[in-house]
Amino acid sequence: MNIGGAVDDSHAQSSDTRGNLLEVRGLTKVFGSLKACDAVDLTIARGEIHALLGENGAGKSTLVKMLFGSLEPASGEIRWKGQPVRITSPGQAKALGIGMVFQHFSLFEALTAAENIALSLDKETPIPAIAEKARELSKAYGLPLDPSSLVGDLSVGERQRIEIIRCLLQEPELIILDEPTSVLTPQEADKLFVTLERLRSEGKSILYISHRLEEVKRLCDRATVLRHGKVVAHCDPRKETAASLARMMVGNEVTQVTRTGVPRDGKAEPLIEVKSLSRKPAGPFSIPLRAIDLTVHAGEVIGIAGVAGNGQGEFFEAISGEALQDAAGSVRFRGRDAGKLGITERRLLGAAFVPEERLGHGAAPAMRLSENLLLSRFRTDANAFLTSVGVVLNRAISLASQRIVADMDVRKSAEDPEASALSGGNLQKFIIGRELDRKPAVMIVNQPTWGVDAGAAARIRQALIDLARSGSAVLVISQDLDELFELSDAIAVMHDGQMSKPIPIAEATYEKIGLLMGGAEPGHAGHEHAKELA
Amino acid sequence: MRIELVRRPQTSALFSILSPFLALVLTLIAGAILFAILGKNPLTALYYYFIDPLREVWSLHELAVKAAPLILIAVGLSVCYLSNNWNIGAEGQFIIGAITGSILPVMFPTFQNFLVLPLMMLMGIAGGAAYGAIPAWLKVRFNTNEILTSLMLVYVAQLFLDWLIRGPWRNPKGFNFPETVTFHDWAVLPAISYESGRAHWGFIFALVAAVVVWFMLSRTLKGFEVKVLGQSPRAGRFAGFSRGRMVFFAFLVSGGLAGLAGIAEVSGAIGQLRPSFTTGYGFTAIIVAFLGRLNPLGIVASGLILALTYLGGEAAQISLGVSDKVVRAFQGMILFFVLACDTLIHYRVRLVRPAPKEPAPAAAAEASHGNA
Repeated sequence: MNIGGAVDDSHAQSSDTRGNLLEVRGLTKVFGSLKACDAVDLTIARGEIHALLGENGAGKSTLVKMLFGSLEPASGEIRWKGQPVRITSPGQAKALGIGMVFQHFSLFEALTAAENIALSLDKETPIPAIAEKARELSKAYGLPLDPSSLVGDLSVGERQRIEIIRCLLQEPELIILDEPTSVLTPQEADKLFVTLERLRSEGKSILYISHRLEEVKRLCDRATVLRHGKVVAHCDPRKETAASLARMMVGNEVTQVTRTGVPRDGKAEPLIEVKSLSRKPAGPFSIPLRAIDLTVHAGEVIGIAGVAGNGQGEFFEAISGEALQDAAGSVRFRGRDAGKLGITERRLLGAAFVPEERLGHGAAPAMRLSENLLLSRFRTDANAFLTSVGVVLNRAISLASQRIVADMDVRKSAEDPEASALSGGNLQKFIIGRELDRKPAVMIVNQPTWGVDAGAAARIRQALIDLARSGSAVLVISQDLDELFELSDAIAVMHDGQMSKPIPIAEATYEKIGLLMGGAEPGHAGHEHAKELA
Repeated sequence: MRIELVRRPQTSALFSILSPFLALVLTLIAGAILFAILGKNPLTALYYYFIDPLREVWSLHELAVKAAPLILIAVGLSVCYLSNNWNIGAEGQFIIGAITGSILPVMFPTFQNFLVLPLMMLMGIAGGAAYGAIPAWLKVRFNTNEILTSLMLVYVAQLFLDWLIRGPWRNPKGFNFPETVTFHDWAVLPAISYESGRAHWGFIFALVAAVVVWFMLSRTLKGFEVKVLGQSPRAGRFAGFSRGRMVFFAFLVSGGLAGLAGIAEVSGAIGQLRPSFTTGYGFTAIIVAFLGRLNPLGIVASGLILALTYLGGEAAQISLGVSDKVVRAFQGMILFFVLACDTLIHYRVRLVRPAPKEPAPAAAAEASHGNA
C-alpha cells in the first residue's frame, strides 16, 4: 500500500502537467434494441491506472471494443491527446498507441510464442530477434516465458503473458487489460501488479477491467463504474470499500456465499477415487502426471490449487476421460472402475465435467445454446432429448435450455443465441447450469469463475456448495485462491504434475498453500524454465 | 498500397441467403462478356446456353441424367466438408464404384435375373466406400493430408479403369474398341418413363439421398456430431465423439454415394463401361456442394444448375460453334463467384495506403515506427 501511495503522488503531478490521454464523451452503441453502451463518459489521464468496473453485460467489453476499433460507435466522441479521432480498426488503434490484452486470447496453438508475437507486428522482424526482445521484456517486467514454446502446450496463465508481452512490444501509451488476474495465483498477481506499477511510473496509462474489488482498490487510481450500459459513478476506489463498489456495480448488496453444514468426517461414501494416477506428457511441453492420489466423499467440496501450467489441464483430461488411463482402477466414480472408460461412459456413471476453456471446449462457439446443451447430455438424457432412432427433439432441448437460462440467470440478447454471442461470464453460467441441471453425483470443474463478475461468481460457488451438501462429490480446480477458500472443505495443491494431500480448510492458510504451490514440499523437482526466467 | 480483408462485425443474414443467386447473376454477366469477346451476340449465346435446353421434354430428361451423379456425389461431399474432411477424390470413388458395380454383368454375363440390378448397386456402393476408406484410414492412422491422398487416388482409379477396359474386360466382339460388353437387360437401370425420355432411376436415388442426408444432418444426433466435430474438434472430444470414427463415417458415406452414382451412370445412362464414361462429375460435384451451401436440399437445385452448364455447353457447341471448353469456364466462374460472394459477406475490402500520405494519423504512425 505504501508503494501505491508514493506512485499516486507522482501521478497527480504528471496528470497536472501533461493532461488527459484519452477523453470519451457520450459514446453509444446499440445492438438491435439493446443499448450496450449509453452515453458513456470516460477520461484517462497520463500515467494512471484506471479501473473499469461492472457486472457481466454492463457494457465493459463493448466500450473497450470501441476504443480498440473492433466496433464502431453509433454516436459520441473519442479524443486522443486532445484531438478528436475515429478509430475504425485495431490496426489504427495500435498506430495511435492503444494496446489491448483480451480476456479470450487470440493465439495460434500450433505456433510458438515468438511466432505468435511476430504475427501481430507490422514489420518483418526476424523471429530470433523478436524472441530475444520478448525474452528481455519478460525478464524486465517479471513475466516468465519461454518464447520458443508451443502455445498449444501452454496454460492459460502463460498464454496471457504472451499477450501482455505482445502488447508491450508495440510500446503503447494506453494499455487495456481485460480481467488480467483471473487466472493468476496471488504471487503471480503480485508480480503483475509490480509490472503494471512500473509501467505507470514510466508514464503509461492503463485501463484495467476487473471484478476483483480488492485488487482494484489496491492498484487503481480512479474507477469508472458501468451498470446496464450507463456510467453510474466515477470514483476513487481507495476511498471506497469493496462492499460500496460492489453496490455500485450490482445496484444492491452482493450475496455472500455460505458454507453451511460441513459434512461429517469419514462416514460418507467415497464418490471420486483417484489412485496412483500417472500420465506421460502428451506433447513436448506437457506436464506428466506423477502418482496422484485423491479421494472425494459424498457431501464434500475439494479444491485443487496450483500455479497455471502445473498439470491441472492434464489432470482434468485424465479424470474426465478425454484421455484414457492404462489402469482401470486409477480413476473410480461411485465405486466403479472408470480408468478405461471414455467421457460418455463416465457421464453415465453420474459424473459431470466443466472444462477451463468455454468457447471451443465446453461449448461449440457457432452453435445455439440449445444445441450446446446437447453437447454434454445427449447420452445421459437420451430419453428426454432424443427419439429411439436418434432424432433430436428440438422442443425438449429448447425447453431445457430455457430452464437452465432461468435457473442461472443467464443474460442473452436473443431467444436462442449462438454460444459465441454470450459474454464469458454468462456462457460460463450456462455451462455450469447445464451440468447442475442433471444433479450429478460427481461434479468436476476447472476454473469455475474465470472472468465471471462478483454476483455471478457467488451464484456459481453457492450452487457448487449446495450440490455437494445434497450428497454429491465436488472437485474444483482453480487458480483463484480466494475462491477455493470460500468453497472448499479441503484444499490440495498441484505442483509439477504431483498433488499434495488435501489440507482441511480449518488448518489451511494462504501461506501454507502458497508454499506448496511454489513446490516447497520435498521431493518436488522445480519448474526449471520458470525459475530461470523469473 | 495493399488490400486487406477485414472481418465484418455482423454478417447480413439476407445476403447469406442471396449469395448463391448473386453468384449466378455475376456468372451470367461474366458469361455475356466472354461471348461478346468471342464475337457472338451475348444474348443469343446465353439463350442457347441456358434457356434452349429447357424447352423440350427430352432435354429435361437429359438434365436429370446429368444432374443425378452430380447430386448424389455432392450430397456425400456435404457430409465430408461439414465434418471438416476434405475429400477431393470423389471422382476416383465414382470410377471404382462403376467398376465394382459392373463385375456381375461383365464377368458373369450368364447370371441373369431380378437380383442382378440390386446387387450391382450394392457392389457399386461398397466399392466406392472401400475406395473412400483408403484416405480415411491414412488420415486416422498416419495423420496424412486427405486432400492429397484422395486426389492422388483419382489418378490411380482412372489408370486402373483404362487398363481394365483395354485389357481383361475388353469386349472380345467389340472390334478392339476400349469398352466392355453391352450390359444385358437385367443389368440396365430402367428409365423413369420410357415414353418421354432417358432419365433413369439414378435421379430418384439422388433425390432420396438428398432428403435422407438432409434429415440426418438437420435433425439427428449423428448430424449434430458431424457439425460439432467439423466446427470445434475440441468440443467434440468433450462431448465424447470420436474424431477417427467420424473421418471414416464421412468418407464411407461420400465414397458410397459416389460409388452408387458411378454404377447408376454406367448401368442407367450408358449400358457398358467405357473409359470416357465420366466427364469429371466427381470434381464438378465439389462446385455443386458449395453452390448448394453444403445443404443437401440446396444441392439438388445447384446440381440441376451445373447439369445445365453441361447441356448448354453441348447446345452452344452445335448452334454457335464455340469450344466445349466454355463449359469448364462457366463452371469455374460459378465456383469463383460463389466463394467470392461468401468471402465478401463475411469480410469487407479495405485499401491500406502507405502511412505518410494520410494527414491525420501521420504523427502517431511515425511515432510508432520510431519506437519499433
